[in-house]
Amino acid sequence: MAHHVLRPPITEAEARLLRVNDTVTLEGTLFGIRDANLIAMFDRGRATKFDWRGQAAIHTAPNVKRVPASPEHPTGYAPVCVGTTTSARMERFTRPLAERGLRIVVGKGGLAQGSLDAFREFGAAYLAIIGGTAALETTWIDAIEDVDLDDLHPESIWKFRVHGFGPLLVAMDSHSASLYDVVQRDSRARRAQTLAKLGVK
Amino acid sequence: MRIDPAQVEEVARELYVRALKVLPPDVKEGFARLAAGETDATAKRVLATMITNIRVAEDTGNMLCQDTGIPIYNVVIGRGVQIDGPELKSAIRRGCERATREHPLRSSVVHPITRRNEQTSCGPGIPPIHIDFGEEHDRLVIEMVPKGSGSENNSWLRMAIPAEGVDAIKTFVVDCVLDAGGKTCPPTIVGVGIGGTSDLCVALAKRAATRALGTACPDPEGAALEKSLTEAVNMLGVGPQGLGGDSTSFAVHVEIAATHITMNPVAVNMQCHSARRASAAITPAGVEYGF
Repeated sequence: MAHHVLRPPITEAEARLLRVNDTVTLEGTLFGIRDANLIAMFDRGRATKFDWRGQAAIHTAPNVKRVPASPEHPTGYAPVCVGTTTSARMERFTRPLAERGLRIVVGKGGLAQGSLDAFREFGAAYLAIIGGTAALETTWIDAIEDVDLDDLHPESIWKFRVHGFGPLLVAMDSHSASLYDVVQRDSRARRAQTLAKLGVK
Repeated sequence: MRIDPAQVEEVARELYVRALKVLPPDVKEGFARLAAGETDATAKRVLATMITNIRVAEDTGNMLCQDTGIPIYNVVIGRGVQIDGPELKSAIRRGCERATREHPLRSSVVHPITRRNEQTSCGPGIPPIHIDFGEEHDRLVIEMVPKGSGSENNSWLRMAIPAEGVDAIKTFVVDCVLDAGGKTCPPTIVGVGIGGTSDLCVALAKRAATRALGTACPDPEGAALEKSLTEAVNMLGVGPQGLGGDSTSFAVHVEIAATHITMNPVAVNMQCHSARRASAAITPAGVEYGF
């Protein structure tokens, strides 16, 4: 159970070093992706100026406020409250992102087998953040460095600059291990005894 | 007591922001209770981070969660309260829009077909404004619930039949908790609606999911079911964030309504661990904010 400090872009080898139950702290660049911008890119063919190779992306849409553009706020947006959304809705977009070189997905609630396969094939990992802890997460965000597809606001693609972003738990790795699979198998195995306890015949 | 719609607008604005920032005391107590009883190491860490987040939100005046949710307003009009009905509703809507624009809050509301976001947290039929009447004199109570989508996306209705009995209800609740896994941001409050028509059953589940922890179903059969189901779902080992542990749910809440002789409906709606709500009572003495 190692701890890794990662500063994207990272290499395939670095991504493959991550094993479930390891922890990670991210430094530097973190992209924000979610439903509308993924649908726009992969279902509607919209291009982004961002290069995913070696990068980390979090499933999010932040609360932001408009401020005068400055070196601190180059996009004219300041972060207000940045948290994490449920990853499961983004399941089918993991593969195209991994194909384009994305190495780290940060999210909550986990992804499914299709993503686990993509992580294995391309060398990437899923880091679990604690959902619903956005006030804390926001303290790890320094600035919004850039934004793309902002007509989808707040579901734009965001480029955050972060510090000490974590610790995050490696919950799915490139070696076909998923903590969610383990917990789901275990909890389903307890279904019968739970129903018996309730007196269900 | 005559109520000025401008006051309602101000209260509706304030309630949205308050609800997003400070968790009710019963939920904080719920966290302390779960953390004290948790035996899994990962789950202990997850709960500790959630508790830290509650403190950070209060210390920094920030929102607990980035999901501003679907804004829901529940209004209880007491006896002797005078207010123009349509004006009451439009004042709440204006307050909701102002909170979004002035704070600013992320507008999480889009048209369901075009997916267009008006950046107001409002749209056709949203915010839902539920109006009921209370016994108390000269008292208008507005409750605001920002309902997060992670939990709302996991909502179920089953029109079971009488021959399936209460066993169908129990089995359904257990299976919903298993299906939800970590997607609902557990530990959750599992709201169960039993009986009624299909729409009433779902509404009961929502009311149950957003009820204060420590309150019981007024119906004794419902209250007994709450106890046994709370114990049962916490045997499943889903745990906080679906990463395993004892703390899958703070509680299972049940609300009931009578139903048809041919029907046995059950609905489940969940509230995430950020079980946010805020309320305000408008009386002749002024506005009193609470949870």
